[in-house]
Amino acid sequence: MASRLARGAALALVLVAVCGGAGHAKDKKDESPAVKAARDFDTNPYPSTYRAYPGGPTALIGATVYDGLGGRIERGTVLIADGKVMALGGPDLAVPDGFTRIDAAGKFVTPGIIDIHSHLGVYPSPGVEANSDGNEATAPTTPEVWAEHSVWPQDPGFSRAMANGGITSLEILPGSANLMGGRSVVLKNVYSRTVQGMKFPGAPYGLKMACGENPKRVYGSKGRIPSTRMGNFAVDRATWIKAKEYRAKREAGKLETRDLGMETLAGVLDGSILVQNHCYRADEMALVLDMAKEFGYHVSAFHHAIEAYKIGDLLKASDTCAAIWSDWWGFKMEAYDAIPENAGLLYKAGACVVIHSDDENGIQRLNQEAAKAQGDARRVGVEIADAEVIRWLTINPAKALGIDKQTGSLEAGKMGDVVLWNGNPLSVYSRPEKVWVDGALMFDSANRKRRAVSDFELGQPGEGDVK
Amino acid sequence: MRAALLVAGTALAAVVSAAPTQAQDVAITNGRLVIGDGSGPLGNGTVLIRAGKVIAAGPAVVIPPGVKTIDAEGKWVTPGLVVAVTDLGLVDVGAVEDSNDSDADKSPFSAALDVSAAINPDDLPIQVSRAGGVTRAAVAPIGTSSIFGGQGAIIDLGADPNAVTVPRAFQYVELGETGARRAGGSRAATYAVLFNALTEARELTLAPAGPRRDDVLLTRRDAAALGAVVSGKQPLYVHVERASDIRMVLSLQRDFPLLKLIIVGAAEGWMVAGELARSGVPVLATPLTDLPNSFEQLGATQSNVGRMKAAGVKVSLGAFGDQPRYAPQYAGNLVGLAKVPGASGLSWGQAFAAISSGPAEALGMGDRFGSLRPGRAGDVVIWDGDPLEVSSGVVRVLIDGIEQPLGNHQTRLRERYSKPGEGALPKAYEW
Repeated sequence: MASRLARGAALALVLVAVCGGAGHAKDKKDESPAVKAARDFDTNPYPSTYRAYPGGPTALIGATVYDGLGGRIERGTVLIADGKVMALGGPDLAVPDGFTRIDAAGKFVTPGIIDIHSHLGVYPSPGVEANSDGNEATAPTTPEVWAEHSVWPQDPGFSRAMANGGITSLEILPGSANLMGGRSVVLKNVYSRTVQGMKFPGAPYGLKMACGENPKRVYGSKGRIPSTRMGNFAVDRATWIKAKEYRAKREAGKLETRDLGMETLAGVLDGSILVQNHCYRADEMALVLDMAKEFGYHVSAFHHAIEAYKIGDLLKASDTCAAIWSDWWGFKMEAYDAIPENAGLLYKAGACVVIHSDDENGIQRLNQEAAKAQGDARRVGVEIADAEVIRWLTINPAKALGIDKQTGSLEAGKMGDVVLWNGNPLSVYSRPEKVWVDGALMFDSANRKRRAVSDFELGQPGEGDVK
Repeated sequence: MRAALLVAGTALAAVVSAAPTQAQDVAITNGRLVIGDGSGPLGNGTVLIRAGKVIAAGPAVVIPPGVKTIDAEGKWVTPGLVVAVTDLGLVDVGAVEDSNDSDADKSPFSAALDVSAAINPDDLPIQVSRAGGVTRAAVAPIGTSSIFGGQGAIIDLGADPNAVTVPRAFQYVELGETGARRAGGSRAATYAVLFNALTEARELTLAPAGPRRDDVLLTRRDAAALGAVVSGKQPLYVHVERASDIRMVLSLQRDFPLLKLIIVGAAEGWMVAGELARSGVPVLATPLTDLPNSFEQLGATQSNVGRMKAAGVKVSLGAFGDQPRYAPQYAGNLVGLAKVPGASGLSWGQAFAAISSGPAEALGMGDRFGSLRPGRAGDVVIWDGDPLEVSSGVVRVLIDGIEQPLGNHQTRLRERYSKPGEGALPKAYEW
């Protein structure tokens, strides 16, 4: 609970930072201009220019509604107006005049789906070398790089994620070659000419970290540290020590030079930047949790977390989500102990489950991945209600990204991020029929012109085709 | 603790009994029956297997006295899944090079390589795939330093030492971007290498003992292996994605009329569906590819398979990433697609056939396995729900009429960690 409070405080800090544009608020009159410059800089120099697109007041009537919080309403009505969820209720909820009424009987409604782990834009299609911008694999720690500076907003993958997966928000992460890969960015899944036009307003930054095979392989093969798991930890710890010194110097008013990497790490120590940690093995996750205690930060989520089921209790105690595939297995040594019951056993242990993709194809089917995990759980006696499973794709990733006050559930006042499915989203046979982002209809399977076509695809075979 | 020990004991027994005895006579009754020939699910039915082969499957099958019965209790009963493009049996862990025999890029040989020598029937991916309902596979060698990957094998996934049903069942060639890279840097180089290789192979088949030209590029062994391809005795898997590459492949039969082509991949197959249909060449399509991941699949769409099917192409599903057990999910998606306005998918029966009898027929094995029609192998899977639905799972698997163990490393881990925390002794003692 303490850590949860700390996280709340962290969020408040983020909002201050984003709005005020200042790192710290200490006021010392005798400080040098250099000290001031190193402390009072713009923390949001590439601000979101995303604006919700127009959408009229809309009523979805008669659907089975999953609210993202574990609730389920039969023959429910969802009202969307002014870009927000206005109300949610049963058949008795009155639809005000002026609302476009959509008969959703026999269909399903969920909050917009959120993928906490995507490389769309940084490893876009076409996956040619010239477009490969996800790993700054030239040094084992690169907290100074920001994924948003690599995102190509014309990645055709964004449109597939929406049309087939109902994705309305997603976190774009640097790759896992590095122990500290850089800052991640949270996007609304809406095309724009610029990445700024996609940035989720007010979302905190993340720091991508990685343990295990990738960093030690990448740098070991270059004949440098880390070449082992102990090397991974040594480099991480040495870097955190520097970050603590940097932060202390800044707080003491003695810092005279900015350091982009250290600013990111200090942001983690401040609680304003959330750690998203690629990690497979249980023993390594347990060590990372101790490292986080050692330096005073919180791991928001372990990503991939193949062996999370072995340490559900530790993850629950540290309030750290496991963002996982349902059943990827065996492709590398640290994935050897993957089991399809990972989500089910974590759920049983009371830990936070998030289903993620890490894949431009998987992001189109997160709902199916969740359904697979649900089925595998059921077969070992862990029954999980459909409405609970939907949390794994909505409010849970929203929490782990620090955007749960804005999206991730169908609560009045939240962003109008809504998916109307043509059947139960936990069935292989179902697809999004319509998707709204901030109340604007951004995908409609019945209207070709409500299907986004990226610049890259214009004039190419299949432009505007069903995908 | 006692319960855990009991569970462990059961699992151990399953492992010990992993070496099946002999093909049995068995009847599976009271199942929701799927024949796998393209028809939809039947109502309640029975499958009768004698000496390892299907005798009959349908609603009114008479069970001879003395035949053991398995009551499916109303669950779904289908033929085993057939996956026709996979590295099963060649790989323990993909990224652990020493355990990975799918690729031989430093070998002096290419077309002559025979994967049947490398297949390990005990490997974990085979066990996990078997537990996912996959009973037959065509194991394809994917890489050498040449465009030719070598000769693939058809295997069953039974828990016995005899995995290989047909060794040297097909040859594998990479064209398109990958082939161009291996051939020297361009598609023109690829086709020069391919034409030359097939020509050298033909020359060798005409004079097997005689001297060869002094400018040959292939080793004698590689040329000899390709002799089976040019003479049509061995099918040729051709991996291509781009529409123009597919056309080029189809034109090969002008110069080499006996070639038995099987096209693998075909992301832009829908753009040449008419030509593919007229050629009669089977296609093992990679399903659900819908991104322009490379310049040879700019036209990729999930409707590819549905459009090819509608045009009359002999299309079924091929590669499923590294996990053959995903086949039903991919097939199910194609059924779902049929509901999407403007999209093309498959009917349920077509979709199931695309992962059972379809690939078997593409391999020329449709009379041996892949459906529950009489005479086919007694490969049966019992599912706890609609097999194409993602929430469903496999209950029992029979191969050649022999019930198979479904336990493996994954199920053992699951049993160990179903109880959280450690007991009086470390987890290492719970087995």
